[in-house]
Amino acid sequence: MVATGSTTVTASAGVSITLAGVSRTFDGGSRPVEAVRGVSLEVPAGQFLSLLGPSGCGKSTLLRLVAGLDRPSDGEILTGGRAITPDQRRSGMAFVFQDAHLLPWRSVLHNVALPLELLGMQGVEGTRRALQAIQDVGLADAVDRYPAQLSGGMRMRVSLARALVTRPTLLLLDEPFAALDEITRQRLDEQLNALWQRSGMTVLFVTHSVWEAAFLSQRAIVLSSRPARVLADIAVPLGENRPASLRTETRYMDVMRQIQEVMKGDMTYDIKGDGKGDDDE
Amino acid sequence: MAAIWPPVATFIVVAAVGESVVRVWGIAPYLLPAPSGVVRAMVANWRELLGSMGTTAVAALVGFVMAVAAGIVVAVGLSTSRLIQRAFYPYTVFFQTVPVVAVAPLLVIWFGAGVQSVTICAFIVSVFPVIANTLTGLLSTDPALRDMFRLYGASYGATLWKLKLPSALPNIVTGMRIAAGLAVIGTIVGEFVAAVLQGNPGLGVMVMEARRLGRTDLVFAAIFAASMLGLAMFGLVNMAGYLLLRRWHASER
Repeated sequence: MVATGSTTVTASAGVSITLAGVSRTFDGGSRPVEAVRGVSLEVPAGQFLSLLGPSGCGKSTLLRLVAGLDRPSDGEILTGGRAITPDQRRSGMAFVFQDAHLLPWRSVLHNVALPLELLGMQGVEGTRRALQAIQDVGLADAVDRYPAQLSGGMRMRVSLARALVTRPTLLLLDEPFAALDEITRQRLDEQLNALWQRSGMTVLFVTHSVWEAAFLSQRAIVLSSRPARVLADIAVPLGENRPASLRTETRYMDVMRQIQEVMKGDMTYDIKGDGKGDDDE
Repeated sequence: MAAIWPPVATFIVVAAVGESVVRVWGIAPYLLPAPSGVVRAMVANWRELLGSMGTTAVAALVGFVMAVAAGIVVAVGLSTSRLIQRAFYPYTVFFQTVPVVAVAPLLVIWFGAGVQSVTICAFIVSVFPVIANTLTGLLSTDPALRDMFRLYGASYGATLWKLKLPSALPNIVTGMRIAAGLAVIGTIVGEFVAAVLQGNPGLGVMVMEARRLGRTDLVFAAIFAASMLGLAMFGLVNMAGYLLLRRWHASER
């Protein structure tokens, strides 16, 4: 639990996150679009937290705000007790997108080494760390292959390795496995759980899957449809280790039921967030 | 290699039809020479033809390389801001729309008749496709990857070199493909207007001279040589594109 705030990070360190009354409104075209409204959250260092909500509810916006890729219209975000200033080097953070987003002209090794290159760490040490990260996601055999030669699941694992290669204190994932088939997705969830346990980093995991949120996280935040507000803050007391067998256990089912109840209770879920019926009243 | 036969067969059929039409109707050689006559002219004048091809090739190649280099630099400049783009992009279209035959006399006034003006003609007609395609490529970089580069605090130079230019490479190659053919056309048009008769005159000059002497067979021979040159440049660019993109781009697999 030592939050040093320095940029060089040892293996077992997470960073705490504080969101205080965070709102984000986009001035899009004719009328402004409110994506996030008054979200306050306290995420302790090392926690695995899921942000759960329907498609287009503004949870991705929330994640971009935490990453400092966008600025809140109102409110404040602190990581490790410090405010995020735009365009500073955020070496303690890593972001995984919905699709792998690899550079097709680079081999697996050079894709994974890219963040280190950009942060100024090249040469033998960079290669060593990249190889380690590739091994951690189980792709040691594919080091020299190109993204076009990989399956969707393998590409996503490369993307994960690329995020972890800097040994981040905060990992942000934006529906990372949503495009994959169920079996691949479950395997990647298990792998992510193992990687989180080993590293001790803080994880913010955006998803619209109740199963995934319950399986992975220690805590699930249920968000309303647009604009995103916190509907419920649910603890998931299933321990740190989440083996595949957990999926058939009743305590896992209970957590899912609990989350499901909250989502059912929110009438706004009836309106799919396609932006059509939003502006009545 | 089997791919070469269909176009060769087409060529032979067209040549045979041309030959018989000319012979059966007895068309005068100065109006339409028989293919066999064109071949004879090529064999008899192969030294001059090759020399002219060389002269034209050098001008076209230099103009092409200048167009690619300048086109990429201009596109990178245009891609830096929406404002710069709006201010300057419409003027680059000038290169696309201006009739190079009309500009060539101006070039002669400024640079004098000769290889310089001819090369600039080649440059003018071939630069726009490079600018337009490169710019499209630079502007369509994956936004998620741009975010990632920002997250790791990548400098503008690093983002350009490691992300934007490689993503734009398929578009750059497309622009180069178009520019390669255009450069030969631009050179020949330039030679019509701005070349001087000395040393090995280019293919454009050869066409003019042969026409003046009523040697239509030589005109055809020069035209044939010019299209061969265009094909060769196109093939060269294709090969370069293949070597650059084969490992990762869908268009080359």
